[in-house]
Amino acid sequence: MNRGPLIVGHTKPATETHLSARPEHSADSPLSVHALTVAYHRRPVLWDIDYDAPANQLIAIVGPNGAGKSTLIKACLGLVPRASGQVEFWGRPYRQARARVGYVPQRESVDWDFPVSALDVVCMGRYRKIGWCRPVSRKHKAFARECLDRVGMADFAKRQISQLSGGQQQRVFLARALAQEAELYFMDEPFAGVDAATERAIIEVLRALRSQGKTVVCVHHDLQTVAEYFDHVLLLNMRVVAAGPVREVFTPAHLHQTYGGKLTLLTEAAEAVGRAAEGERQP
Amino acid sequence: MSVGDHTSANVGARTTLTDVGYGWPGWAEVLEVLLFRGGFNTSVVVTGTTLLGLAAGVVGVFALLRKRALMSDALSHATLPGIALAFLLATVLGFDGRSLPVLLAGAAATGVLGVLTVQLILRHTRLREDAAIGIVLSVYFGVGVVLLSVVQQRPAGNAAGLSHFIYGQTAAMRAGDAWLMAGLAAVAVASAALLLKEFALVCFNDAFAAVDGWPVSKVDLAMMALVVLVTVAGLQAVGLILVVAMLIVPPVAARFWTDRLGWLVVLSGGLGALCGYLGAAVSALLPRYPAGAVIVLGAGVVFVLSMLFAPKRGVFAVLVRRVGLRVRIATDHVLETAHLQEQELLRDDESPHSGDPTNLLTEVAAERRWPWWMPHVVRWRLRWRDEGRWVRGALNLKPAGRRRGAQVFRNHRLWEQYLVSYADIAPSHVDWSVDQVEHVLTPVLVEELEAALAERGVPVNAEGGGA
Repeated sequence: MNRGPLIVGHTKPATETHLSARPEHSADSPLSVHALTVAYHRRPVLWDIDYDAPANQLIAIVGPNGAGKSTLIKACLGLVPRASGQVEFWGRPYRQARARVGYVPQRESVDWDFPVSALDVVCMGRYRKIGWCRPVSRKHKAFARECLDRVGMADFAKRQISQLSGGQQQRVFLARALAQEAELYFMDEPFAGVDAATERAIIEVLRALRSQGKTVVCVHHDLQTVAEYFDHVLLLNMRVVAAGPVREVFTPAHLHQTYGGKLTLLTEAAEAVGRAAEGERQP
Repeated sequence: MSVGDHTSANVGARTTLTDVGYGWPGWAEVLEVLLFRGGFNTSVVVTGTTLLGLAAGVVGVFALLRKRALMSDALSHATLPGIALAFLLATVLGFDGRSLPVLLAGAAATGVLGVLTVQLILRHTRLREDAAIGIVLSVYFGVGVVLLSVVQQRPAGNAAGLSHFIYGQTAAMRAGDAWLMAGLAAVAVASAALLLKEFALVCFNDAFAAVDGWPVSKVDLAMMALVVLVTVAGLQAVGLILVVAMLIVPPVAARFWTDRLGWLVVLSGGLGALCGYLGAAVSALLPRYPAGAVIVLGAGVVFVLSMLFAPKRGVFAVLVRRVGLRVRIATDHVLETAHLQEQELLRDDESPHSGDPTNLLTEVAAERRWPWWMPHVVRWRLRWRDEGRWVRGALNLKPAGRRRGAQVFRNHRLWEQYLVSYADIAPSHVDWSVDQVEHVLTPVLVEELEAALAERGVPVNAEGGGA
């Protein structure tokens, strides 16, 4: 864990070679993260992340609030700038792998009073295949309807999205990701604040995806369901505490390490750097 | 740019030097202006502002959905220094400082600069957007006002027309400007039609759009460019202080009437055009009122009417629905109680006066804490739906009322048993009170409830259902 740069900021990635050339990463892996560091306002939130996601598994990213779980996903997808590090998908940069990646953002990240129907939102998952300036054809609409049906929302296709319950909105987002027809899915807290029926619907869809050979990476906050729902877990608290099959990694010792009240040396160091950066800006 | 008063000279033929009153135009005159027959200049102004309204209404939808309403305000205020600077520069270089293209180019330049300043502040400080916009808006406007006074103190250039950009002077619009508005409206409508899907995606969920490979910043730029175009084109007609209203009010008003993006664009464009048309017409008829302000006032009236009277989202519609539900629930309570009393009477018919029917309404009212007006409304509703009739203070249930009472009673039981037997999942499903649910259960839901309870082997107590 000491490969990463100690000073965060505008450090260039140590190497530009493909990660698959490194012994610890493989081109078969749908997602390889190497020495990833992310900072918000120069305060580090992710520190030297190294991770290879196994293919065809349901993967949970677990950790306390502010551990950088969502940030990890967003940094992988290029939504937040990386201070350093590399991310590759099947041994390629994100630009070249985009068509194979699907995304379910946090439900709270959008304004649900937007004037569109549930079906319209799901159709957005088809836009990439439709292309610029062309309307949504009947064929794509039918596919979107099918995706809504797979999450049990076929009856709500015409409903304006603000008139859906939180769980139904989450299912609409999931249907939109299904409409993307990706091989690797990133989902940001898909189980947050949903009702029991939605939770069951979502986990059924995730299992169906796995049986189709796809990989799903979920930010997850409910420790009780990790073992039941997921195959693989990444315990995160600014850095990777442990990663691997749930049975091996999801242990009390690791959990204590992840959630433990005491600051680790690294967090303390990071805070010190953050404070220094602050002081530098406002002397 | 001509700073004349053609319109008033044309329409208000009775205007003389001594006439200082606000004379009202006759019907013939009103019709003439509205039908584009009020003289060439008036027709040009009315056509131009109508087209401007159309363009602003269409473009405004995306500014609103992208949460850029205030940003547009910063943009329009930031145009003022550009106008003054363009005038200064042009005069120094020996051109006509008051040529409209030069002034508008300057306006666009500093307007965009203002928006960029907001972005810069947001990126490099921890200030929130509202603060950044407030700062940029006021400082740029302040600079503009100072520059204007500098311009006016210069002996060389006659800068009398420049301050018209602050409040606008619609009457100064010429045929060429109307063509400009036509082009602008065409561009706005065409881009909305072609890029509706892309604009919608970026406005609704930019992070998803970015992950999906859409060039979010370029789409944003296109939307912003449209806003800049409309703002700059609107400077002359409505002025930089009010032009933002033409962008924002029509889509906000239209939003009350529809839940569909396509219709929102159409309605908003239509409302914008209507406001531009009426505003310019009114101001042509009453030349003492500035057209820009009249247009915005018209838009304001449309907004207030929409807010109050729109069928689904309007204030009154919501109020009527809420009160209606309360009345329905109150009536249901009365019917349920009456039904129970009847059942009791049937069971022990030796004491026919066990329940005191005269006090039924007051009893329920006290128990449910009704407001004072509720008993009257309930009484009226019972008669209206032919569910019951009050004969000397006592409720005579009609067949319809008897059925409804039995049904409510049964729904009540069903729901209670569902909650009890599905205690594990039900609470997370339900965010209404039990008391309300039983009144809104649809027949389909009731069937589902029965099926769910049968599945768990819970006997459904149908004792009250025999009607």
